[in-house]
Amino acid sequence: MKALLNNPVLKHAVVTAAILVVFAAVGTLLLTGTYQHTRAPIAASERAAKLALLTQVLPSSLHDNDLLQHRIMLPAAPLLGQRQASTAYLASLAGQPSAVILEVVAPDGYSGDIKLLVGITVSGRLSGVRVLTHKETPGLGDYIEVLRSDWIRQFDGRSLAEPPPAAWAVRKDGGAFDYMAGATITPRAVIRATRRALQYAAAQHALLFPQTSALAALMPASMATPSPRPLSETATGEP
Amino acid sequence: MGQYRDIVENGLWKQNPGTMQLLGLCPTLAVTSTAVNGLSLGLATALVMAASNAAVAPVRRYVPDEIRIPVFILVIAALVTIIDLSMNAFVHPLYVVLGIFIPLIVTNCIVLARVEAFAAKNPVTPSALDGLMMGLGLTLVLTLLGAVREFVGKGTALSGIDLVFGAEAKAWVLQLIPDYPGFLLAILPPGAFIGLGLLIATHNWLEQRRLAKASMHAALPVAQSH
Repeated sequence: MKALLNNPVLKHAVVTAAILVVFAAVGTLLLTGTYQHTRAPIAASERAAKLALLTQVLPSSLHDNDLLQHRIMLPAAPLLGQRQASTAYLASLAGQPSAVILEVVAPDGYSGDIKLLVGITVSGRLSGVRVLTHKETPGLGDYIEVLRSDWIRQFDGRSLAEPPPAAWAVRKDGGAFDYMAGATITPRAVIRATRRALQYAAAQHALLFPQTSALAALMPASMATPSPRPLSETATGEP
Repeated sequence: MGQYRDIVENGLWKQNPGTMQLLGLCPTLAVTSTAVNGLSLGLATALVMAASNAAVAPVRRYVPDEIRIPVFILVIAALVTIIDLSMNAFVHPLYVVLGIFIPLIVTNCIVLARVEAFAAKNPVTPSALDGLMMGLGLTLVLTLLGAVREFVGKGTALSGIDLVFGAEAKAWVLQLIPDYPGFLLAILPPGAFIGLGLLIATHNWLEQRRLAKASMHAALPVAQSH
């Protein structure tokens, strides 16, 4: 140690390294403090933002339960474009399953995945579709965002039969959906992904709308206002 | 006082980061598809630059030369993260708009360049002013470039203002050219390069004219004295 400090070059190196360590330590401390202080408000605002987003896809008139509480994990499903487990939010109205919100991926956009939130009612109609994230060309393919245009709203109220299967395409391809000139790959991907989500919901009806019989049987008949049963948040197996 | 005047002049005009130093071009070119985008990122950058210059200036004497770059980067990164977290927690609506840009600022070399070129050699007050003015200079360029690209590309002004001021501000968006078919080149990245090139040319032209005028004024009295 003494030899080390007697050598001027080594001494300089040690002092320099020590200063760097001090700066790193101070920086870490500051960041830790900030993180601790901001963690709770950030979690709260993220929760609020997520709820606001869910309500965009599913109007509050169609559900009366806490969507963030009633969610299940779905196994990876090609129809949803999900290679991993994804979350489904189960909505109910007066204790009856009313709708479901699915996380859907459109893998065939112009560049990268387009992540969607798709709300589907118990009768198989779309209550709303919103784009969560995408990497489409700014100013060109980004009209799928609700903030930029109303394009995405034309899914509202649609179902697998309306328009008929062949018309689930942009007008250019003989379909029923509008698009904007210059970008047709993006809307095609969104339309296909939305239709696949509807097919998934139809195929997995029992899982996504846990039926009355199962729910009602557990509730006393005398209950005036049945309250929705919180569903387990654990992953459900392949139905 | 003259020193502060120079700092303001350098930041806004003579050494404008966007058109003269050509630093921090990555965000300049990436986000300036509209004037609102450019202005938002510019203001966020100005804030970070003022803060990082002010943070580095007081510790400048304790930082050995060999490790100044890592230390500066550490200070900038820590500061940006603190701003990022604080904005997310306390001004969430603004964060939703600017959020994606904030982490980008760390990688913007104009921030490090001003810390290295100015704050490492000057006291706190001028350093903070230098950061702020360089940031505002960049903001000017970003806003101008965004406005030009938006006008040529979409024929609008102020589009995206609703992202900052809420949905009711959507009515402020002006369609300057009715039924404009759009000019894609201006919105895509090449449009940013071309637009920036034109801005630089304009800046140089104005500066040369100013210098020519100044030298003419300087020459006149000399001529008369003979």
